[in-house]
Amino acid sequence: MAAITAESRPRLRPGVRLVFDATRGTRVLLYPEGVLVPNETAAEVLARCDGAASVARISAQLAEEYDGVEPGDVLALLGRLAERRFIEVVDIEVVDVEAGTDREATDG
Amino acid sequence: MADVSPPLGLLAELTYRCPLHCAYCSNPVNLAAYRDELSTEQWADVFTQARELGVLQLHLSGGEPLARPDLRELVEHAHGLGLYLNLVTAALSLTEAAAAALAAAGLDHVQISVQDADPVSANAIAGVRGHDRKLAAAGAVKRLGLPLTANVVLHRGNLDRIAEIIDLAEAMGADRLELANTQYYGWGLLNRDVLMPSRQQLDRAQRVAAAARERLAEKMTIVYIVADYHADRPKPCMNGWGSRQLTVSPNGEVLPCPVAAVIDDLNPENVLRSSLKQIWYASESFNRFRGTAWMPEPCQSCPQKEIDFGGCRCQAYQLTGDAAATDPVCGLSPNRGLVDAALAAAADAGPAPAPAQWATRISPRRMPRAGTVGE
Repeated sequence: MAAITAESRPRLRPGVRLVFDATRGTRVLLYPEGVLVPNETAAEVLARCDGAASVARISAQLAEEYDGVEPGDVLALLGRLAERRFIEVVDIEVVDVEAGTDREATDG
Repeated sequence: MADVSPPLGLLAELTYRCPLHCAYCSNPVNLAAYRDELSTEQWADVFTQARELGVLQLHLSGGEPLARPDLRELVEHAHGLGLYLNLVTAALSLTEAAAAALAAAGLDHVQISVQDADPVSANAIAGVRGHDRKLAAAGAVKRLGLPLTANVVLHRGNLDRIAEIIDLAEAMGADRLELANTQYYGWGLLNRDVLMPSRQQLDRAQRVAAAARERLAEKMTIVYIVADYHADRPKPCMNGWGSRQLTVSPNGEVLPCPVAAVIDDLNPENVLRSSLKQIWYASESFNRFRGTAWMPEPCQSCPQKEIDFGGCRCQAYQLTGDAAATDPVCGLSPNRGLVDAALAAAADAGPAPAPAQWATRISPRRMPRAGTVGE
């Protein structure tokens, strides 16, 4: 897997789900044989890992809503999440061209 | 008493029926006592209660969970509750169609047991010719896009092929590989002498596993579970008694860990008579070893007591007769000699005998009804 850069489009790996748990009143990350309770920052980042938004875009979105968001910190956090195999980077080569071209053009 | 958090996981042992006869199986030896299994509605109710209690991960296990004809129905119900669903299976009957039906019903992850890299040895260990079907099932799981874990129990008879086992898991496309050294409970304890590896075998295996973990870091997560008899400190069993997970046996008994029924005076509660919530928070069996107040010396004054929780209660009970004793695996335990004696006995036993000589577990269907044997 390639290293994550500002242009990468991260998404949750297959079998990984971010859900709200009413019992604990917090979002939890569910994955094979495990549960992670992410802190608020990590949860906000994970919620935006949809395979469409780039890391730069995720950082920009977070900066609009929160003070003190450093793109370097977001990148480092995503690097750690990728290392633990919660997220993966979408390989741009395999993006479905027919479905993806228009959106990429408008989303960019 | 210790603060009690909601449980994260439920291990649902749907049935102890199983087509395999692995000598290291940790299922209870008195399998006949578990023939009366919970009904579909009763299991569904257990899952509903579990989710309300805060359970997030449901492990559908056994025995062989695929032996339950209502598995798809149970998966559908549990998925509807929002539970994350792990299927822990030997996978002999996990055909393409069966896997697809379970995936459509909401299954999240499949864990397939593999006995060895060598097909002849694998079939001998399992006591059934199923190795090829496991590999086919793994392919079906991957084609459905589900994450796959390969689970291999390690012992004297297969440890020397750990490199080949890792290669096989990679070829299966496993996202996770659990390399679990045998823990001696149930049938595994009966077969301890023939399963126990040598220290040389373990040292080599650990090196091979560590190198593979680094080499395959981006491809496959490798979890290596150590052989605690050969260690000097006990495992942090279940992350502490009644702290994160609960087990429901095929007959509805609720236990803090899958083998806790070995503790004769535990008196586990049953979902047919109490609510899961009542059992988790208020039962004598779950509160018995929570926190640290119950600990004897040397645990009580040990700086590690919040790290390893005194080790495993079941192992303490099986080896010393006292479930509250320090796990005898610990080098500080006055009973460490019992573990050393077991290691010495296994070393004296010489090379591993053929699996045909192991005490192999049998399916509860083939056993007489509870009450007609033994006690």
